[in-house]
Amino acid sequence: MSAAPQHNPTMARMSLAERLAPHAPVLLIVGLMILGLIAIPSTSSWLTLTVSGLAMGMMIFIMASGLTLVFGLMDVINFGHGAFVSVGAFVGISLLLVLEQMTGAPALWLNLTAMMVAIVGAMAATGLMGWAFERVIVKPVYGHHLKQILVTMGGLIVVEQLIIVLWGPEEIFINRPEALKGAITFAGAALEKYRLVAVGIGIVVFLAMRWVLRRTKIGLIVRAGVENGEMVEALGYRLRLVFVGVFIAGSALAGLGGVLWGLYQEVITAQMGNHTMILIFIVVIIGGLGSVEGCFIGALLVGLMQNYVAFLEPKLALISNIGLMVAILMWRPMGMIPVVKAK
Amino acid sequence: MLTKILSGDMPRSTALAVVLIAILIGLAFAPFIFPGVRSVDTAARISIFIVLVASYDLMLGYGGIVSFAHTMFFGLGAYGVALASTHMGRGFDALLVGSVSGALIAALLALLIGLFSLRVRAIFFAMITLAVASAVAVLVSQLSGLTGGEDGLSYKIPRALGPAFKFADGELFGVRMDGKLLKYYLVFFSSLILFLVMLRIVHSPFGRVLLAIRENDFRAEAIGYRVVHYRVAATCISAAIAALAGALYAIWLRYVGPDTSLSMEIMIDILLMVVIGGMGTMYGAVIGATLFVLAQNYLQNLMDVAANAVTGVPILPDLLNADRWLLWLGVLFILSVYFFPTGIVGRLRQPR
Amino acid sequence: MSDPILSLRGVRTNIAQYHILQGVDLEVPRGAVTMLLGRNGVGKTTTLRTIIGHWRAHEGQVLFDGQDITRLPTPAIARLGIGFVPEDMGIFSDLSVEENMVLAAVSGPIDSTRLEWLFTVFPALETFWKKEAGTLSGGQKQMLTIARAMIEERRLYLIDEPTKGLAPAIISTMARALRELKDQGASILLVEQNFAVARALGDSANVMDDGRRVWSGRMQQLATDAALQERLMGLSVEAG
Repeated sequence: MSAAPQHNPTMARMSLAERLAPHAPVLLIVGLMILGLIAIPSTSSWLTLTVSGLAMGMMIFIMASGLTLVFGLMDVINFGHGAFVSVGAFVGISLLLVLEQMTGAPALWLNLTAMMVAIVGAMAATGLMGWAFERVIVKPVYGHHLKQILVTMGGLIVVEQLIIVLWGPEEIFINRPEALKGAITFAGAALEKYRLVAVGIGIVVFLAMRWVLRRTKIGLIVRAGVENGEMVEALGYRLRLVFVGVFIAGSALAGLGGVLWGLYQEVITAQMGNHTMILIFIVVIIGGLGSVEGCFIGALLVGLMQNYVAFLEPKLALISNIGLMVAILMWRPMGMIPVVKAK
Repeated sequence: MLTKILSGDMPRSTALAVVLIAILIGLAFAPFIFPGVRSVDTAARISIFIVLVASYDLMLGYGGIVSFAHTMFFGLGAYGVALASTHMGRGFDALLVGSVSGALIAALLALLIGLFSLRVRAIFFAMITLAVASAVAVLVSQLSGLTGGEDGLSYKIPRALGPAFKFADGELFGVRMDGKLLKYYLVFFSSLILFLVMLRIVHSPFGRVLLAIRENDFRAEAIGYRVVHYRVAATCISAAIAALAGALYAIWLRYVGPDTSLSMEIMIDILLMVVIGGMGTMYGAVIGATLFVLAQNYLQNLMDVAANAVTGVPILPDLLNADRWLLWLGVLFILSVYFFPTGIVGRLRQPR
Repeated sequence: MSDPILSLRGVRTNIAQYHILQGVDLEVPRGAVTMLLGRNGVGKTTTLRTIIGHWRAHEGQVLFDGQDITRLPTPAIARLGIGFVPEDMGIFSDLSVEENMVLAAVSGPIDSTRLEWLFTVFPALETFWKKEAGTLSGGQKQMLTIARAMIEERRLYLIDEPTKGLAPAIISTMARALRELKDQGASILLVEQNFAVARALGDSANVMDDGRRVWSGRMQQLATDAALQERLMGLSVEAG
């Protein structure tokens, strides 16, 4: 073998368009906001709608993030994910109803404590349920999409019916905690306090999830596993355990989303999870199945779109999101942030 | 002769043959064997659902594609007939225009959704159809000016299909020779023809390619079949036939509404019928639909009896409440997918 | 070869309906480089994948240091101290070079002296430490995947075609790295198509054909016997 020449690679300079491309999804949010500003006659209504759009987006993100990660990691598509949303809402709201003295008192910290109790209770319940769901419903049908779709759908039906058995068939109306009722006025726009809280919780969850995924070894395993699970195992990590963990965490987050969504709508039904699944699916598809960032951006887009269009032409709100999905799939058939699979 | 009509798909099991013949005879002579409004209505529903479920199985069992938009296609046919009859006045031309345009629109929509989602991943299809179908259902109930909203539409169908029309005097085996009887046989024979057409399709070269794709899409692609084209074509055919079934349902009921033709509940019913009857065989649809519709009509009464019997025991009455029958069907559904993926027909055909 | 670190006994592996391995016997001695040679498609990669547990042997036994690992799950096999470099490299392209290495250090934080050593072997890793692995060139990715296996001391290295598709300059870097690993006394099972590299590194050699081992002996013997090479692998290696 002859002496090797020096190996000195250089990175080619990228054009502006190439450098912008990775950020295009984020720019899309800004673009949608600007479009909204143009289409909506009054700035203060626009601000109100934007905040509620973001709040809605955050809640959808919380509900959808588990679904997309579970898919990315193990190629498991869970059509029963909505069941966790419903159960989370029913457990959380029941706890809030029990803690009526705390939620009814006009003291912010009492209200927040009650909400914390409700959220922790709901997340514990749905996390536990996620564990059972994974074992009983999902595990036997690994690697078989068709059966997964059928069986998880069956699971959703059963859970919905069990909710009706336990809580009765009627919808339950709820009052938000006293201190979270009403709105504050900012720049002439009325911003509902609860929506601001929802935005806050959403940001916290997103940042926490990002931190876990980027700064912890578990997070590294998850991210690596989404791309190439086989190699992760060959390094010595038990991907199945990690997957079960992610499934449980995702279920618990869906439960959290259910509590927030229930308080947002101020009414809960056994079918609410099934209904939110429509938006959740749109979000994970346009975000790119398996991508948490894509899911976040997709959720915000869907939330904003829904609120803007509902203001302009209420009947078209849901259809507009289908339109958004079609448009994004025409642009990027695998979603905004496509997840590259090794195989 | 028989082999030809059945496109060579013989039941291949005595028990299955007996059951199928019993169902055929039962449906063919329903107005005579089971007179009474309710039982004839049940027979018509069974006929229509056999077509609907078989068309779904064309996609699921043969194409390996899960769709949640089948009720949307069903509804398109139903609303097609309803709208045509409302705007064109009663008449067979309205029925024809309504059914055909419903079927065409359904096929076109299926083509669009298929091109969008099947191109990328088959599971996209399931998610996208769920989203689209729900959006359409919401839209239909909101556009009340056109569709009647939640109330739906009632309309008149040709006099020849009504009870006031008599095509012969007197009675045959105690059954009046009226338009109602004609209407039943219109539904029955249309369903029978549609079913035989589907049987022909799945046993044609096209159907065999679909089966090959379901078994191993990579290999089918490697042999040179464009998997996407075949899947999209199967979806379109399935959607068009579902729309025709919807048209028959609309003719039978003289009413359409979101609950009878578009709701998610019907979608779940279809899934149950396919899985319980047996995926990937047209006869599964026959058995699944028959059992299910019968159960829907009669089993609920039984559950009421059971629930009353256990009054006083905690929770049990709630679990056995007739409204909770979906709970038990859900459990049955999951168990069937696990343990009897070939359904009743698969079981019956199993060599002992 | 009285006490091999790894031995395969009559291993048969089926993939779908295909019988890929049809009774492979193989011994990997300690502290030496064992070559696994043969034409394309004779089952070399499948052999490595069966050892690490990605495919399951339907018959036969895989013994690692005397322990039967045939039915162990992949993570458990890896934890016994087997470093695996797959044919497709298995780089996590969304992760940075650093994150790839952190993951590869299964038993704890990265050992800094070992990392320093790896940086001297593969200087490119230090240069691109914070970059996404997906943006690396093919050669750099291959360095990363080998460095990943080397970041901890393993009892056995399974390395599948480390020089495939690489420029000559990088091949020599790679060969040097493997040489250093060998000089540390590591046990290596190496699949290699580049005969020059194989000859330079290999102590013993095994040649596979049609899902079986058809020849085993000293690498040197194979390297010097052109007729034998022709017969076993259907290749005639140019002199030099």
